[in-house]
Amino acid sequence: MTWIFENWERFWEVTEVHLRLSFVPVLIGFVLSIPLGWLASRSQTARAILFPLANILFTIPSIALIVITPVLLGVKILDEINVIVPLVIYTIALMVRSVADALSSVPGHVTAAANAMGFRPLRRFLTVDFPLALPVTIAGLRVATVSNISMVSVGALVGLGGYGQLFTEGYQTDHTEKVLAGLIGTVVLAVLADGLLLLLGRVLTPWARAGR
Amino acid sequence: MIEFRAVTKRFEDGTIAVDELDLTVEAGTITVFVGSSGCGKTTSLRMVNRMIDPTSGTILVDGKDVLTVDPPTLRRGIGYVIQQAGLFPHRTVLDNVATVPLLSGWDRRKARTRAAELLEIVGLDANFGKRYPAQLSGGQQQRVGVARALAADPPVLLMDEPFSAVDPVVREDLQNELLRLQAELDKTIVFVTHDIDEALKLGERVAVFQTGGHLAQYARPTELLAAPANDFVASFVGRDRGYRTLTFLHADVPVHPIDTAKLGQRINVADWTLVVDDENRPKGWLSGVDGEIEVSEKNLISGGSLYDGSTLRGALDAALSSPSALGVMVDDSGAVMGVVRADDVIRALAKARAAGEVPK
Repeated sequence: MTWIFENWERFWEVTEVHLRLSFVPVLIGFVLSIPLGWLASRSQTARAILFPLANILFTIPSIALIVITPVLLGVKILDEINVIVPLVIYTIALMVRSVADALSSVPGHVTAAANAMGFRPLRRFLTVDFPLALPVTIAGLRVATVSNISMVSVGALVGLGGYGQLFTEGYQTDHTEKVLAGLIGTVVLAVLADGLLLLLGRVLTPWARAGR
Repeated sequence: MIEFRAVTKRFEDGTIAVDELDLTVEAGTITVFVGSSGCGKTTSLRMVNRMIDPTSGTILVDGKDVLTVDPPTLRRGIGYVIQQAGLFPHRTVLDNVATVPLLSGWDRRKARTRAAELLEIVGLDANFGKRYPAQLSGGQQQRVGVARALAADPPVLLMDEPFSAVDPVVREDLQNELLRLQAELDKTIVFVTHDIDEALKLGERVAVFQTGGHLAQYARPTELLAAPANDFVASFVGRDRGYRTLTFLHADVPVHPIDTAKLGQRINVADWTLVVDDENRPKGWLSGVDGEIEVSEKNLISGGSLYDGSTLRGALDAALSSPSALGVMVDDSGAVMGVVRADDVIRALAKARAAGEVPK
């Protein structure tokens, strides 16, 4: 712990990088998962393609994906894009299924009633289906966020990766305190993010606890 | 007015759900589509607001071919109530009721004011408005469903087995409520059910659908009971259709006085005696015994439906179900007015028949 206080500026600097590298991909991945998940919830064919694809992408080792991304994208090795793109892929791989399950969990009689009432498709999606899918979606988002926070560290292999840097440096210089600092940072960040999302879910879905 | 003209619906797998349906639903009436499952009654209903489009034929609502109107616009002008109410779980009761006005572009305040009015119309207290649907009972949810369908004041209301998921007592309440509402609102209502009693009770006209999507008979309830068009209708209407006919007769039945007693009294019970509470409402019967006894809860014989003075069916049922064979007649407040006898009901029926009041 003392290392953190003695090197507060350095610690804060890697924390900022870690935050950025974990939340930007979650945000992008989540937004992209909504139309894909919607497609998978609507069409058998889309599901038959998207779900196995998501599984395959998720099984690619993160190290391999992060090392190969700069080659595939042709960007500089130290660009943050090299970590963001793989993590967006992992987020999508996790969230497509969550969003699809969440949308399928909306009761059929409710969507039928919405149609019968004269909702047009986009409005129905935004004001009926999606809000009702939120509890399941947010549960998936919590998993994706925590998993991203833990995975960012792998980026240290290409010279990026927030707390991951503390792990590699600590390992190379036999500096246990530094490794421990990175570990504490990762855990605290993950717990905070998870708690915030849980709270956000409660605020957004007061109805989910009604009548129970 | 809703007109079905040679309407056929054939599904992709080749099954014919509705076969050459010709039928006119008169404006301002409750018309019931009844039949067992798979007879095309629900499909017919759903073709009115284009939840399903017909394979051939034409459906006109107030003279306009529904296929010429874009579905969302058409649907906002037609109220729709479904089985589990289909309320939006994430919206308060008030916002649920305000749905169609909001879709039609009313401002929020006006829509909510209208929604509050409707809650009152369907008999729900204003404080229900703030609750979520999950905090309501099944019967209350169904009332909200009706309020939501009425919100934009559509001339036509489609009701797809709306009361079949609630218990019998609540169902009867909801049915009476619908009849009361209709007396005030005068909508054109199409009501789908598989329950023939519900059909006969609510329908001014009843369309009996037969398997394969044929319309077997379209008639007033009394005609349906008196003259079923074919064996299918006869069997669907049931073996006790003579008894059901009594539902539609309102002849006078003589009301006889009855000895009453109150709990705690010591009396000689020579013959059947009706025990009543302080408001003169029936509590149960005492059978005749020798000597004086004290009237207490434990020597009461309960049972028997109550006759409210409305139909012969109620009178006969009260007499038949009473342990004393005397049907207890009550007024609107539930107080005892006297008793009716089964033989008097049969005599009243004979008189009604002689007067030509019994449909042939």
